[in-house]
Amino acid sequence: MRSLFAKFAAINSRYREPRIEMSGAVRLSLLLLRVYLLVLVALMIYKFVLIVRLG
Amino acid sequence: MNFFARLYYPLRKAWKAVGLYLVIAGPGIVVMVADNDAGGITTYAATGAKYGYHLIWFLLILIPVAYYVQEMTVRLGAVTKRGHAEAIFDGFGAFWGWFSLLDLMIVDWLTLVTEFVGMTAALAIFGVPPWITVVAVIVLMAVIVLNGRYWTFEKLALLFCALNLVYIPGAFIVHPAVRDVLHQGLIPNFAGGFNGQLFFFLMANIGTTIAPWMLFFQQSAVVDKGMLEKDIPWGRFDTLLGSIITVVVAVFIVIVTGTVLPGIDIDSAAQAAQELMKTDRYVGTFLAIGLFDAGLLGAICISLASSWAFGEIFGWAHSLNTKIRQAPWFYATYFLMLITAGLVVLIPQAPLVLITLFVQVIAVTLLPAALVFLILLLNDRATMGERCNTPGQNFIGGFIVVSIIILSTLYGFSVLFPNLFQ
Repeated sequence: MRSLFAKFAAINSRYREPRIEMSGAVRLSLLLLRVYLLVLVALMIYKFVLIVRLG
Repeated sequence: MNFFARLYYPLRKAWKAVGLYLVIAGPGIVVMVADNDAGGITTYAATGAKYGYHLIWFLLILIPVAYYVQEMTVRLGAVTKRGHAEAIFDGFGAFWGWFSLLDLMIVDWLTLVTEFVGMTAALAIFGVPPWITVVAVIVLMAVIVLNGRYWTFEKLALLFCALNLVYIPGAFIVHPAVRDVLHQGLIPNFAGGFNGQLFFFLMANIGTTIAPWMLFFQQSAVVDKGMLEKDIPWGRFDTLLGSIITVVVAVFIVIVTGTVLPGIDIDSAAQAAQELMKTDRYVGTFLAIGLFDAGLLGAICISLASSWAFGEIFGWAHSLNTKIRQAPWFYATYFLMLITAGLVVLIPQAPLVLITLFVQVIAVTLLPAALVFLILLLNDRATMGERCNTPGQNFIGGFIVVSIIILSTLYGFSVLFPNLFQ
């Protein structure tokens, strides 16, 4: 388990600095897009549960 | 004599070109045809039964969409010699890298479940119990990938791709009215009007043609195959051919169910196969065999896409050219994904058909995020040099992203406000 955490830490450290520079606005847009898409996915899961519960 | 002498050199040149293509062929065709997986066959069968020939035009639009998206992975893989997961970690840092990897894992695993749903349903038509199908498929896939050569895997995968063409003769057997197919299918229209169900079907059809796992698979396959920058034109041709084949097969499935089962609510391709058997035993059998083949091909490629991505990030050996002792983690993740997904379909009373359709829709909803990263990577002039995206390619990529987001949003609204699009 400890070696697994060490592996994650090594990966995080290796890729700490993104090679492609992005402005703050681009980074924020990407984050908002991600959050928005996840909200849509949550809606779809809600619809799925609704259909299953209604039989 | 003079005529034959003049013909000889062009023919020899053409033959050499075909020979060269056969060496390069693979990633594009395999990824595209594998995308006509069990979920895809189910979606197309349901689309044909629900909307008849009316959405064929929409499927045809997906040829350039699939080509433009996948062609970018060919260039990225051939130039950077690294898989998609590694390219995202390197380009955008660990935060976005983990995000993308998590997306991929979840969608891949869910899609893998749908492949097993399709395969077990297909063989159940012939009386094979689901547990035997699951065990047999896992053993077969072990034999395919454990031979230790990418080349062998690819040629076997191409054989399964050829079997996917079984739907084409199937469509001719049911004798569709060609005039109706052309008239209703080629003129853009939205039969039944704008409503949540239409958005759902449009999204599911996009989701069966382009999916996040395809980006990861094709780029890693290009790297594993050892394609170079000079091979990019052939890689493009391979991808174009693959995107045409995948949509042509989809259109023929729609024609089959649109002809024989119009207006019938089809829940799964297996149900469609059973219904078709009542009309024509051969067509029903074709659909069942094709469904199994599609599930198998999809399962092979999707589990590989995940294993490659994990291997790239964790630094494990991750090539099909390695033996199990040289790359234990690569094969361990491959079989872990397979076995856990296979077990899900053995759960009694699980809503497997509903899962299949929803997985396609969830995959396409998450696609824009992956596409934005892909487009940004293709605009990194420092790495891509002259293989960078042109403004035209960026426009097309951006248009695809925006269109998918709009469609997902419309579907989201139809879920929240069911009466909005009546």
